[in-house]
Amino acid sequence: MSTSVSEVLPTNSDEVLSVAASVNFISGSSPAMRRRLLFSRVFAWTCRLATYSALGMLVALLASIFISCAGRLSLDFVRSVNSVDPQEAGILAGLWGTFWLISLTGMMAVPLGVGSAVYLEEYAADSFLNRLIKVNLSNLAGVPSIVYGMLGLTVFVRMFDLFEKPLIISVPGLIRIPLPLGDKVLAGAMTMTLVILPIVIIASQEALRAVPSSIRMASLALGATRWQTIRHQVLPAALPGIVTGVILAISRAIGETAPLIMIGALTVARFCPAGIDSPMKLLTQPHRILQAPLDQFTAMPIEIFHWAKQPGDDFRPVAASGIVVLLMVLLLFNGIAVWIRYRASRGVRW
Amino acid sequence: MKLFAPALVLLAGIFLCCGCSVEESQEGVSVSDSGIKRIMIDGSSTVEPIVSRIAERFEAEYNDVQVPVKVTGTGTGFREMIAGHIDIANASRPIKASEKAECEQNSIETIELKIGIDGLTIAVHPENDWVSAMTVAQLKKLWEPGSTVKTWKDLDPSWPDHQISLYGAGEESGTFDYFTEVIVGKEDSITENYSPSADDNVIATGVAGDKYAMGFFGYAYYQKNSSKLKALAISNTDSLNDAVAPTAESITSGTYVPLSRPLFIYVKKASLARPEVEDFVRFCLTTGQSSVSEAGYVAISEADLNTTKQSFDDALKSAAR
Repeated sequence: MSTSVSEVLPTNSDEVLSVAASVNFISGSSPAMRRRLLFSRVFAWTCRLATYSALGMLVALLASIFISCAGRLSLDFVRSVNSVDPQEAGILAGLWGTFWLISLTGMMAVPLGVGSAVYLEEYAADSFLNRLIKVNLSNLAGVPSIVYGMLGLTVFVRMFDLFEKPLIISVPGLIRIPLPLGDKVLAGAMTMTLVILPIVIIASQEALRAVPSSIRMASLALGATRWQTIRHQVLPAALPGIVTGVILAISRAIGETAPLIMIGALTVARFCPAGIDSPMKLLTQPHRILQAPLDQFTAMPIEIFHWAKQPGDDFRPVAASGIVVLLMVLLLFNGIAVWIRYRASRGVRW
Repeated sequence: MKLFAPALVLLAGIFLCCGCSVEESQEGVSVSDSGIKRIMIDGSSTVEPIVSRIAERFEAEYNDVQVPVKVTGTGTGFREMIAGHIDIANASRPIKASEKAECEQNSIETIELKIGIDGLTIAVHPENDWVSAMTVAQLKKLWEPGSTVKTWKDLDPSWPDHQISLYGAGEESGTFDYFTEVIVGKEDSITENYSPSADDNVIATGVAGDKYAMGFFGYAYYQKNSSKLKALAISNTDSLNDAVAPTAESITSGTYVPLSRPLFIYVKKASLARPEVEDFVRFCLTTGQSSVSEAGYVAISEADLNTTKQSFDDALKSAAR
């Protein structure tokens, strides 16, 4: 029998599978083979069960949230600010707080993260220092976010207490930067950048590593500089992977609560940073865009946490509605990522 | 890409032309230049529901003032006060001598205003028909570290021989500090055999679902769940005849001892010079008082309120000088 298999040695994986299947079929009569086949089938079912149970839990969780938010979640919920009355409470302040926080985090984490990854993968020599950095990156990605919160509190919020009297650097009519930063959106975004930076770097490294080195060689051989190679060949090819990593990191940042509480984000606030409470105001009052990062803020997960802790059941639907809004924002981000990936992968032609 | 360098030059130019200036920030004044004033409040999670309610009503009346509230705990609230970051510190216990000394070191003067009372409730399952009152000594025996009490029978021979399940606030909460201090006699020490939770709802649900359970939490949570729970009367002496049940009356009048405690706000005297802070504190002591019971706590007595108002007026006079 073994000779007959080797005679028709298959050349691609599909054929391997079909040949293997026919061999199983032929020799399924022997008890040893039956046992092996049974084991194989049990293993497949175990894996399937693992997938379905995870999915089942997710569905149960989502169902319970959607059931509890029924009748409470409305357009008014995302158009009004927090209140002690469960019928009036809304998530607007947290929504805008999270918007500024995540926008600033993205603006800082993406250039820093992708830049570091490009350096480590494309330029860095195999020195002791670089090996140390690479090893520590994965350790940093596993550090609990509260630790980064404490770091952010010391470095960004208090600035090591270097300033005896708080200072304000101001450009009249444009911007006023307090030093130390204090409990402002900017300090929160800097802290959040620390939280997600290792994730962004590692994901970008993986994406860059997946670009075949023959592409780089070919580009360099044609006379392109390193910059041209990275800019026109490597980065476009790695973009889908990088975007995926960035989105995963941002999604994590949206849900983080501990570091924000640590750096002193507001628990109950009924205002949006710099008073921008609708997208229209971004256009009609653009001078406030610079002020928002230097205003105090609250964020969606903080508000949800606060509602969930209220006595009695009154705030249950409010907390559930908050979670649904948070999920929708996450979904929106993921949608954008899928779109960018699609656009980027269309552009790659080898 | 080609626009990058000119944009940078332009931005630098704007900064130079407008005359970037460095100034010392004025203590406590909000950074927003839209004419909106902000009062900074931090501290106890127990006091927060009262102050949030008052703040929301205050904002509705004074459109140009924002009153956000942070919840970090009484101790952290005092730390922020010492650092000079906030105008009002919410506290579920009086300021410690050490904290007061640190305030003085930083030349920060505060005034203590009592705004409400929290009655700590000890509750059991409503079908629990063998106990309706306990002495502090019995509670201490049950809750102290290394407690030998495992079953109800260990406390009183006539009670069922069934294990007691204990629920209570976790050590991050002011309720925990207060309970351990007055019942066990030493702050932060408690039996190893209880299930702590940061969420009073979880504690209330735990007790409501177990016939042999006992738990402690704020009076507000008892009120919200009073149909599912039975509150124990507590006696501060050895006789159960002296036991007092937690009710609004017994807590206000101060007969529900030792498990009722006053709730405070500590106001920085220097901040009272700002009219919005003065208005807010006055609001707390007048119109805002009805928020205390709405938040599930007990209002202070008329006499106590007058004393509080008096100390506020005195502070205003000394701040004006």
